Amino acid sequence: MSVILSIFKRELKGYIQSPLAYAVISVIMALAGYFFSAALFSSRIAEMTSLFMNLAVILIFAAPVLTMKMIAGEEQDGTMEFLLTSPVTIPQLVLGKYLASLALFAVIIIMTFIFPGILLTISSPDRGAIAASYLGLMLLTASYLAIGIMCSSFTNSQIIASISGFGILLLFWMVGWLSGNISGPLGQFAKALSISEHYGDFLRGIIDTTHLVFFLSIIIISLLISMLGVAKRTWS
Amino acid sequence: MIELSNVTKNYGSKTALKGISLFVKRGEIIGLLGPNGAGKSTTMRIIAGYMPPTSGTIRVAGYDVVKQPVAVKRLIGYLPENPPLYKDMTVKDFISYSAELKGFKGKENSFRVNKVMEAVGISDVKNRLISHISRGYRQRVGLAQALVGEPEVLILDEPTVGLDPQQIIEIRQLIKNLSGKRTIILSSHILPEVSCLCHRVAIINKGRLIAEDTPENLSNALMGHQEISLQIKGPDEDVLHTLQEVPGVQTVSVNSKGKDISEFRATSEKGRDIREDIFFAMASRGFAILEMKSSKMSLEEIFLELTTEEDGMPASFKEASENVSNFKHI
Repeated sequence: MSVILSIFKRELKGYIQSPLAYAVISVIMALAGYFFSAALFSSRIAEMTSLFMNLAVILIFAAPVLTMKMIAGEEQDGTMEFLLTSPVTIPQLVLGKYLASLALFAVIIIMTFIFPGILLTISSPDRGAIAASYLGLMLLTASYLAIGIMCSSFTNSQIIASISGFGILLLFWMVGWLSGNISGPLGQFAKALSISEHYGDFLRGIIDTTHLVFFLSIIIISLLISMLGVAKRTWS
Repeated sequence: MIELSNVTKNYGSKTALKGISLFVKRGEIIGLLGPNGAGKSTTMRIIAGYMPPTSGTIRVAGYDVVKQPVAVKRLIGYLPENPPLYKDMTVKDFISYSAELKGFKGKENSFRVNKVMEAVGISDVKNRLISHISRGYRQRVGLAQALVGEPEVLILDEPTVGLDPQQIIEIRQLIKNLSGKRTIILSSHILPEVSCLCHRVAIINKGRLIAEDTPENLSNALMGHQEISLQIKGPDEDVLHTLQEVPGVQTVSVNSKGKDISEFRATSEKGRDIREDIFFAMASRGFAILEMKSSKMSLEEIFLELTTEEDGMPASFKEASENVSNFKHI
């Protein structure tokens, strides 16, 4: 546990000291602010569905950028050998890094509390729906980051890690659209895999165990594959 | 302390190690010597637990490297061939991080970090980013990282590479000071370094351990016959006869005849030191020895001898390996 904490602290410090994290946070907040006010002024309805939808899309690009370095970067700098010869297990390594990325995004999510704050002062939005949306957003972000780390674990190139991250996340996002065009079991399957479908229910204020299980499965499977990816580096 | 038995390693279809067996005692410094690509780094990486062997077992202090990796890694300090560098960290932060990963927290951590930075001489750059320090400092940062937990076993892959002569002397002294307390495996391509630092030398070539002994024994064993060149004052015929009669002398040849002083070359029977006998024989006849040189093979020559032949079986190797194996049990 203390090893995980050490890795966590080091990674978080790495984020705090790198300009990349600030750039990504600024872009996210600027876009979120724009989407929030645009939706509010055009519809004049005190709700945040469109902001949450847009945030989910922005994060498809933001998450892999901040996780691409996690494992691919260690290999690039030659520090993987150092880590793997320290008394650290691969699960500790992956979890420490994953938790650091979660912490960074927790900060971003907390920063977005300003938007429901504004709504609450000027109107009376559906608090339950907003709370459910935030739960959905947290699960969504946690899944994105797990997938981002997974992509980082299979390559030595940070660029390839982030591009493949975008690809996988976009695919998971868009695969639900198939279900509108394809009927039968294949369409159902596509719907079941779609992040946007599962996430959409949270925005409507629905917290269903199916969705919880879906996101938790993505997180666990991606992290397990990441551990495998790190282990695989030393097998060849 | 460290025991490798029949360790092999394949990278895809390429075989890097073809069955290495090695035993290192507690407190011993052993040097791995071999040309580039011989398998030195691979051997060290496997012992450090960075990658598993294809077959064979490695034990460190009784722990199996593959089955109990964390227990082994706790005992080991490892300096990889390319020193690990978090370019965005300061020197002190990085050493502190590596100490933390080894389980040192709080006061204990900062105490050890300061101590090791002092020992390898990087205290003056401790607050600088690793990306901003020179190659020599980076190498020492890597060394500090390996030493920080005061591990029982040190694995140092080319510890003095990239250092200037003054630093090399310092680091060698540092390693020497650890001798007896720590078990050290180091690799080097600088032969004098290995012969001055190590109790034992293991020569690796093409993934095989081809010789293993103390530096002195290796050169003795490989030499076999002692070859002595002499410069003696006296009538050359008489000197020649006297030389031939010295016990243990096998052949004598006259190298150059002078008016008064002649040069000779004598070879001994295998494994016999004839220098004293020659001295007394000449003294008793009143011939003055002006110069006597024993041409001993340096580690450099042995290294070349062992590693440059085709098929890894040099001419003198068979004979030498018999001698080496005899010496092993002394």
